Amino acid sequence: MMEIGLDIATWILLMAGGLLLLITGFGLLRLPDLYTRIHAGGMADTLATFLIFVGLALQSGFSLVTVKLLLVIVFVFFTSPTSSYALAQASFVAGLKPKLGEDDAPQEEPGATERE
Amino acid sequence: MLRTTSLFLVLMAVWLLLSGHYTVLITSFGVASCLFSALIAYRMDVIDRESHPLHLWPRVIVYWGWLLVEIYKANIDVAKCVLFPKKYLRPSLFETKASQKTDLGKVIYANSITLTPGTVTVDLDGDVILVHALTKGGADGIKTGDMDQRVTRLMEES
Amino acid sequence: MVYAITAIAILVSIAMALGRAILGPTSYDRILSVNAIGTKTVLLIGVIGFLTGRPDFLDLALVYALMNFIGTLAVLKYFKFGTLRGGLSRSSDKSS
Repeated sequence: MMEIGLDIATWILLMAGGLLLLITGFGLLRLPDLYTRIHAGGMADTLATFLIFVGLALQSGFSLVTVKLLLVIVFVFFTSPTSSYALAQASFVAGLKPKLGEDDAPQEEPGATERE
Repeated sequence: MLRTTSLFLVLMAVWLLLSGHYTVLITSFGVASCLFSALIAYRMDVIDRESHPLHLWPRVIVYWGWLLVEIYKANIDVAKCVLFPKKYLRPSLFETKASQKTDLGKVIYANSITLTPGTVTVDLDGDVILVHALTKGGADGIKTGDMDQRVTRLMEES
Repeated sequence: MVYAITAIAILVSIAMALGRAILGPTSYDRILSVNAIGTKTVLLIGVIGFLTGRPDFLDLALVYALMNFIGTLAVLKYFKFGTLRGGLSRSSDKSS
């Protein structure tokens, strides 16, 4: 009984994490400019990591593996804001202006931005 | 000295949890290396209130719990925004004030803003934080100053 | 079964991030997608460790998370200052 409950919880958590990752990838392709894409990338760093690793931790029982999974979560949570801040700050200093305002609905299709 | 001891204990705990080999020889190597690292850190004088914030300890757990709930809500917001950008996408760039006194408090606040998706700290200068928000809800959430208050309360009595 | 599905979802997501790395108009977009691919690789290593029944892979995931962080910061610093010498903060901006 306990086993089945844990399995169902793992299924739900891993599926939710996978769905969130797909949305993240979709957002990376779809959103209009760099600053908005940073938000999409941050989604993979936070909740998707948390969901997938907690789902795996439910399967491992109480062992060193669980501790390692939690350590990876803590590590990603501590480092990911630093790297996204560094990225946003570097591009801001380099003079990249964010698109602001109400009605810049994203019109670009993948493949339409050939600016090599 | 208290902080050095606690650094040694943390290093030792991480070593024991990550190694998985518990013979006498290997464990004594682990103890020796942890002692050596703590000693070097003590001699370099890098263990202070900023690098090893022991005084935050019991309250920071509550803050992390609250932050986790915020991250969950913000993720739902950003996911909705990615799926229906016409309806939700309202990027904005605004300045907000950090009311913390110490550098550590400001860094905790700025990093918390960045950690919740939908709002990213672009610049931190003095006590002015430049924030880029993805949706209107995210921007309003920062402007109410709830997170600022919580970080200030986390930092103050110490 | 569930591990395989999750691994496929992660791989598709990595492919999308790779698409952004190829398209990305600025080099910062490419750094962002490299960072995202790194995070997703950490997840992939963890899931594949469980898929093959060898959770020892998690050590690799831990090290990969470290390397991803350091690598992103190093590349950004190189872009910002043109050199890897000196600090990252604003006060060191004047000296460089």
